[in-house]
Amino acid sequence: MPGPLHSESNEARANVLDKLRAWGRVTLFAALILGPAGVMAGVNKPVLERGKGERCVEDTEFMRRNHMVLLKHHRDETMRRGIRTTKHSLKGCVDCHASSKTGSVAASKDDFCMACHVYSGVKLDCWDCHATKPLEQYKASRPSRSARMTTQPIAGAQP
Amino acid sequence: MSEHNLDSDNPDRRAFLKAGAVVTGSALAPGVLLYGVAQARAPEEPASDKVRWGMLIDVNKCANGCDDCVTACNEENGLSGATGPQDSQWIRKLNIRHLKSGVETSLPMLCQHCEHPPCVDVCPTGASMKRADGIVLVDRHTCIGCRYCMMACPYKARSFVHEPLTDQNPEVPRGKGCVESCTFCVQKVDRGENTTACVEACNAAGHKAMLFGDLNDPQSEIAQAMKTYATTEVRADLRLNTGVRYRGI
Repeated sequence: MPGPLHSESNEARANVLDKLRAWGRVTLFAALILGPAGVMAGVNKPVLERGKGERCVEDTEFMRRNHMVLLKHHRDETMRRGIRTTKHSLKGCVDCHASSKTGSVAASKDDFCMACHVYSGVKLDCWDCHATKPLEQYKASRPSRSARMTTQPIAGAQP
Repeated sequence: MSEHNLDSDNPDRRAFLKAGAVVTGSALAPGVLLYGVAQARAPEEPASDKVRWGMLIDVNKCANGCDDCVTACNEENGLSGATGPQDSQWIRKLNIRHLKSGVETSLPMLCQHCEHPPCVDVCPTGASMKRADGIVLVDRHTCIGCRYCMMACPYKARSFVHEPLTDQNPEVPRGKGCVESCTFCVQKVDRGENTTACVEACNAAGHKAMLFGDLNDPQSEIAQAMKTYATTEVRADLRLNTGVRYRGI
């Protein structure tokens, strides 16, 4: 702040600085008020279809924050140790949450996984390898094994 | 529970305990239950090293020109069935001819599920792994697709997925950029079916050239067969102690 030691030119500079600060405050205020409003207006919050089961395996709030932790833990248990419990399995998620429209959890951007992941901009590569549809649907879409056999069963052979 | 039931003098309870003791004793006596680990595991129970899954292939029963095992494998695991240089083949039919005698044999070649797998030795990320029950697998979550394991495998049993895949079997996740190979139909084994798609198809066709089972269980069909007949490992000189054995080569 200008004190007794300041010259006239210094006082003029201080006035300019004060004005700039005032404009800065106005801009910041406008940004605080209008910024979030602009974001809100641009993107709708994800709307999720309700899963098939009565309730999820854990609380919804817990699942929102921690589903990736559960899935990562379960993937190692299943892959490396052969533990096949279904409570936290990815297949279990798909079975309940496959969309009634697409039959999948990730086929369109409104499907269960994609709705939030598109909204939050987090790319997920689970579905590069894992099926996005329940097993029943996969089975129904494939011709039966016997139709693909090259040789006919020998008469009298035990199946 | 009422107080009456907790009373140790209750004759019903004593009779029940006695009967239980008799049943348990008789079941354990022949020693059969001690090898019962190859039975279906509970889902929460991890794979056990008391079991070692293996396969015995009788080459004399394997029909030249039949590839039902290959078709069944493709069907079960969602492979395309194409046999180009960039296509996945988990099991292949080989026709071999002895140079001197000229005898021709046909046999399926697949991951041999070695006890000392070279693919696991060379893997830089630990993705190539052997499960406690002897099944050699690729953990695609950590596979970086370097393909060292494909170089290391003496049996040319592994394939690399070059193109993006869609509509995978929910039980057999596979995808671009990872190496893969025969899993001994681990999804069926873990369900307690204790068989593989190729073996089922071979039996269904009536050839019965393939046997799948627990090598550690002396009562199992495969262990009995290996005790009866001389069987061979392919490239036994490498001392990998393969889980897949052949008879008649």
